Amino acid sequence: MKGKIEVRELNAGFGSTHVLKNISMSIPENRVTAIIGPSGCGKSTFVRCLNRIHELVPNAWVRGEVLLDGRNIYSQEADPVDIRRRVGMVFQKPNPFPAMSIYDNIAYGARIHRMKDIPKIVERSLRKAALWDEVKHRLKDSPASLSGGQQQRLCIARALAVEPEVVLFDEPCSALDPVATAKIEDLILELRENYTIVIVTHNMQQAARIADYTAFFLMGELVEFGETAQIFENPRDKRTEDYITGRFG
Amino acid sequence: MPELEWRRLKDRLFTAFCICSTALALIPLGSMLYTIFMKGFSVISLSFLTGLPAPPGEPGGGFGNAIQGSLIVVGIASAIGIPLGIAAGMYLGEYPNSRLSRAISFTADVLTGVPSIITGIFAYMLVVLRFGGFSALAGGIALATMMLPFIVRTTEEAMKLVPWELREASLALGAPRWRTTLQVVLSTARFGIATGILLTIARIAGETAPLLFTAFNNRFWFDGVMQPVATLPVMIYTYAISPFDDWHAQAWGGALVLVTMILLLNMGVRLATGRRW
Repeated sequence: MKGKIEVRELNAGFGSTHVLKNISMSIPENRVTAIIGPSGCGKSTFVRCLNRIHELVPNAWVRGEVLLDGRNIYSQEADPVDIRRRVGMVFQKPNPFPAMSIYDNIAYGARIHRMKDIPKIVERSLRKAALWDEVKHRLKDSPASLSGGQQQRLCIARALAVEPEVVLFDEPCSALDPVATAKIEDLILELRENYTIVIVTHNMQQAARIADYTAFFLMGELVEFGETAQIFENPRDKRTEDYITGRFG
Repeated sequence: MPELEWRRLKDRLFTAFCICSTALALIPLGSMLYTIFMKGFSVISLSFLTGLPAPPGEPGGGFGNAIQGSLIVVGIASAIGIPLGIAAGMYLGEYPNSRLSRAISFTADVLTGVPSIITGIFAYMLVVLRFGGFSALAGGIALATMMLPFIVRTTEEAMKLVPWELREASLALGAPRWRTTLQVVLSTARFGIATGILLTIARIAGETAPLLFTAFNNRFWFDGVMQPVATLPVMIYTYAISPFDDWHAQAWGGALVLVTMILLLNMGVRLATGRRW
């Protein structure tokens, strides 16, 4: 199986703390891959290595290779700005830009990349994020007037506006209620058609509901990676089974 | 229950103590405002606010040129101090751990503690001696030097209050660092920075010492940035130490104008930001 993203012997950490240990996995194109595991197992650090956001934290370090369409994003020639445009990200807490209107939040990225016909991009992105009908009459308003779930969909629209190929979701629903969570999950399933999706979640049911593939991380190591049904119904590793059946974590 | 009553009594005593202390601290402010108002108000008239000073011995005349001059000198100071201060503060806020940041930070701390008369001497050496005379520009540079550390600090604080997640959100869209700083961080921090700037202007508008031998004084209207210019604080000083009673009265009038301008600026800031009353 050749993936959209190939991770090879990835090690990462902060200062003397070694967070990720020798991770190798292949993330398939146009599929949803879930990363599960207990708190502190390195899930977030892992996805943050896929778009070179991890290295922005002081003392952070990365070793190993991450191939995006066969090219190492950590090579000397790779431009982190270009990689971050191709690999978008949605964060745990909705974080729209508070000083910008709803419209400008989405237009921001498009303007930076000098994309044409920005009003159309804004509408298309909001439609993809299933938010257009709720905000089309108040595009000039502050995003603070939206609910938490709407803000998170605004952040998804913002990420989609720069036309990424991969979208990383770092626990996108952990600050949301069940109704808003269901909307985000439906959305992720729709986005699967056109994007490669990686989602970090601490919620195993969520992984079971939306992911095609699931990876189980424990203490910075990749314990098991496979099709979601196999991971949940027939785990090969004892530790995966213990975690999934709720014996720890 | 004696225990409970004793506690209540202690509570009341301490509250009373706090109220008394606050009142005591407010007495100098109240008394100063009252005196300035009582002594200055009778002088205020249209001709005082818009006219030129009368020659010694003649009645009437006004502080119009000093009001104009103060606005110009503070304007020059702002034009120099605000952009420099914001730029340095932005650097401090975004790159707090670099060596240059520590140097800027240290310099700003030292600059805050420099006595204002020394700042005046600095501008005197830098501008007055070099260009052969007192000037509005020299006064503006002296005041800009005083403004700098305050603007650097308030900008830095405002930038640091912007959550790190917003920078990450912008960088994750493929935005370069400089655009993230200018368009996301700076725009989120703009109210905090604007507040700091206005409070700094209010603070330096009444400075006298740095202007004494830079902007100096002038009995006429503003005549170009390379000429000496009258300012409210220096005019008040000159009139207050003069031997004439009517000049003393006019100094009170000037003080009232200056205090009112500064109070309005402070109140404007508080109204505009809707907090910190």
